[in-house]
Amino acid sequence: MSTSTTSQRPPDDTFTEPQRSRSLKERLLGKQPLGLVFSAPYVVFLAVVFAYPFGLAIWISFHDYIFTAPNVSVPHPFVGLQNYVTALTDPAVLRSFLNTLIFLVINVPITVVLSIVLAAALNTGIRWASAFRVAFYVPYVTASVSLIGVWLLLFSQGGLINSILGPLAPDPSWLINSKLAMPSIAIYVAWKQLGFYILLYLAALQAIPKELYEAASIDGSGTLGKFWNVTVPGVRSATVLVLILAIITGANLFTEPYLLTNGGGPDGASATPVLLIYQKALQQTNPDVASAIGVVLVIAVGILSALANRVGGGSDDE
Amino acid sequence: MKKRTAITAMVGATALLLAACGNGGGGGSEETANTTTGPITVWFSNNEQELAWGKSVTEQWNKDHADQKVTAQEIPAGASSEEAITAAITAGTAPCLVYNISAAAAPQWERQGGLIDLKTFSDGEDYLTKRSGDLLNGYKGQDGGLFQVPWKSNPVMVMYNKDLFKKAGIDPEKPDMDTFDKFIAASQKIVSSGAAKAAIWPSPTSEFFQPWFDFYPVYIAQTGGTNFVKDGKATFNDDNGKAVWEFFHTLYADGVSPKEKSNDDAMGTGAAAMQMAGPWAIASYKGKIDYGFMPVPTKDGKTADETYTFADSKNISMFTSCKANGTAWEFLKYTTSEENDGAFLEATGQMPIRPGLEKAYPEYFKANPDYVAFASQASRTVDVPNVANSVEMWQDFRNKYSASVIFGTTPIPDGLAAAEKSVNDLISQ
Repeated sequence: MSTSTTSQRPPDDTFTEPQRSRSLKERLLGKQPLGLVFSAPYVVFLAVVFAYPFGLAIWISFHDYIFTAPNVSVPHPFVGLQNYVTALTDPAVLRSFLNTLIFLVINVPITVVLSIVLAAALNTGIRWASAFRVAFYVPYVTASVSLIGVWLLLFSQGGLINSILGPLAPDPSWLINSKLAMPSIAIYVAWKQLGFYILLYLAALQAIPKELYEAASIDGSGTLGKFWNVTVPGVRSATVLVLILAIITGANLFTEPYLLTNGGGPDGASATPVLLIYQKALQQTNPDVASAIGVVLVIAVGILSALANRVGGGSDDE
Repeated sequence: MKKRTAITAMVGATALLLAACGNGGGGGSEETANTTTGPITVWFSNNEQELAWGKSVTEQWNKDHADQKVTAQEIPAGASSEEAITAAITAGTAPCLVYNISAAAAPQWERQGGLIDLKTFSDGEDYLTKRSGDLLNGYKGQDGGLFQVPWKSNPVMVMYNKDLFKKAGIDPEKPDMDTFDKFIAASQKIVSSGAAKAAIWPSPTSEFFQPWFDFYPVYIAQTGGTNFVKDGKATFNDDNGKAVWEFFHTLYADGVSPKEKSNDDAMGTGAAAMQMAGPWAIASYKGKIDYGFMPVPTKDGKTADETYTFADSKNISMFTSCKANGTAWEFLKYTTSEENDGAFLEATGQMPIRPGLEKAYPEYFKANPDYVAFASQASRTVDVPNVANSVEMWQDFRNKYSASVIFGTTPIPDGLAAAEKSVNDLISQ
């Protein structure tokens, strides 16, 4: 029996045939085809809500395009880079990108440093940790419009902050001062988003083995040394995520300049690309130039995110 | 630029074709389309009094036209009516008529192929000319098309709080503030006396429509009724425009007009002693403050009956998505008849755009003397120019004005020249 079994063993070719067909199937459908079914709704959602509009925006940005009533057919001639030239030679557009850069330079470091420090502090089991966690998280879950109302009262000419500062209050006041408007927005956004980033860091901190802290203590590290040599490297992947999310959030600023500084004021000092996209596409019905600004913004965010990933060493984790 | 004009022409032609074929039930002609009847939907603004009038007049119409039922709705919520209407045109969900059209937005909706030229109705031009007289000319498109019915105006005047004037030592019955110098001096008195935090608080925000409530009424008054654009060119880069920019710049520089937006109703709370307002303000402030109205100031002063101002009109347009143009046109005429204009005036205090208001509705003005000044002012108004790229043009102007006048970062002559160039460039596109 055993001989016959041995002799009946199929040659190598016949053995590999079913493997090949399996791998083809696997290549097409994956090891768990059911996963496709589960992920399909989100893939469709992404395709319809993100991929299609983005593709359409790219197409519009290369054409002379206006929104028309349905069934009104007009030619949309290809105009090459004309919309990009119009956008990038407009001083208001260039100013808005510069404003965004100023925002990112202030907001991103504040966000990263404060959220990691506060998360580390909360993780050490300080008293009232839960109360602090809630306090940090409340602004994140509160509607921006309501919070902006509060900040307007705080930072307006006769607001609480200026009353406290007295003669040290800036003139013109915070939100109408061309040098302080964007930094004010950057600080507001950092404060509002902090709770979410602290949460990300708290999750990352759970993954750092306690033995590392013990070893650092044995080696003579103090609190600062442990934070710098164990905590910071231990949450590196979270830092990359926070960096990228903060960049994306900052590049998409709209509500704050629209409401807090009254439409990107003073004199365009807090105007952002998204605010201009809104004005040009929806108010002035120039979706072609607005799309060009949008595409440039996506490219800029992509480059900055890739840089953040590289600087943070995110690619090493893969 | 020529390409854009060509596109606009093609959109217009297609829209006309659609208005003719799409609604004509196979008739294939404008005339057939324009006589099609059936149920329609109409949008009104969310102003409480306007909406009440709209629902009332619709109810009356429906009693007599069972087969042409009109459904009255508020304009859907949005950052502004204009954005909601632009979105509706693009999506094909615009109603037959909207009673809240800004003259600045109409040209771009025409360009989108969203509006019907009312001249295509056999009695269109005749009816509108009879109703509005020469005032109609200011609302015609660049090619003479009638894409909006001038419906009602809110002539802008200076509203003031009599109690705060008294506190500041200004005679509230005879403020004597008709010149720029007198206006500035009185404003300084209001603030320095502690009567109010601000003498006048024009919104310093950057929305495209803000010039209509600070610069433009004063410029129109200063020039005796000159439009922002004349013969395809910006008009404001001259001594008159410069005087008006300098006037407002002084108010901001002296601190009598705040550079920050008021967080609440500055006039209602007494934070400001004056504001630019139309007759709508009477209903809003009646019983809350003791108010008076005076014409907007000019450099050397003008009497009330020779002062022009901004009309701040809102108009009616018919949309190409309409399936029953005949009903829409008849309803439009019904709601703008002398009788229903009177009912509108009675309900809202806003001025129907028809000549001789005081003679047409003597009983109303006898019973409501507060509105008499506005009725007189309504015959001396100028609206925004009916040009393409209107919103973009006003936005550019506002940006330059803010830099020079409000924040003082650009010298006024430079700002005026830059604004003129920008406006001329946009008009020529």
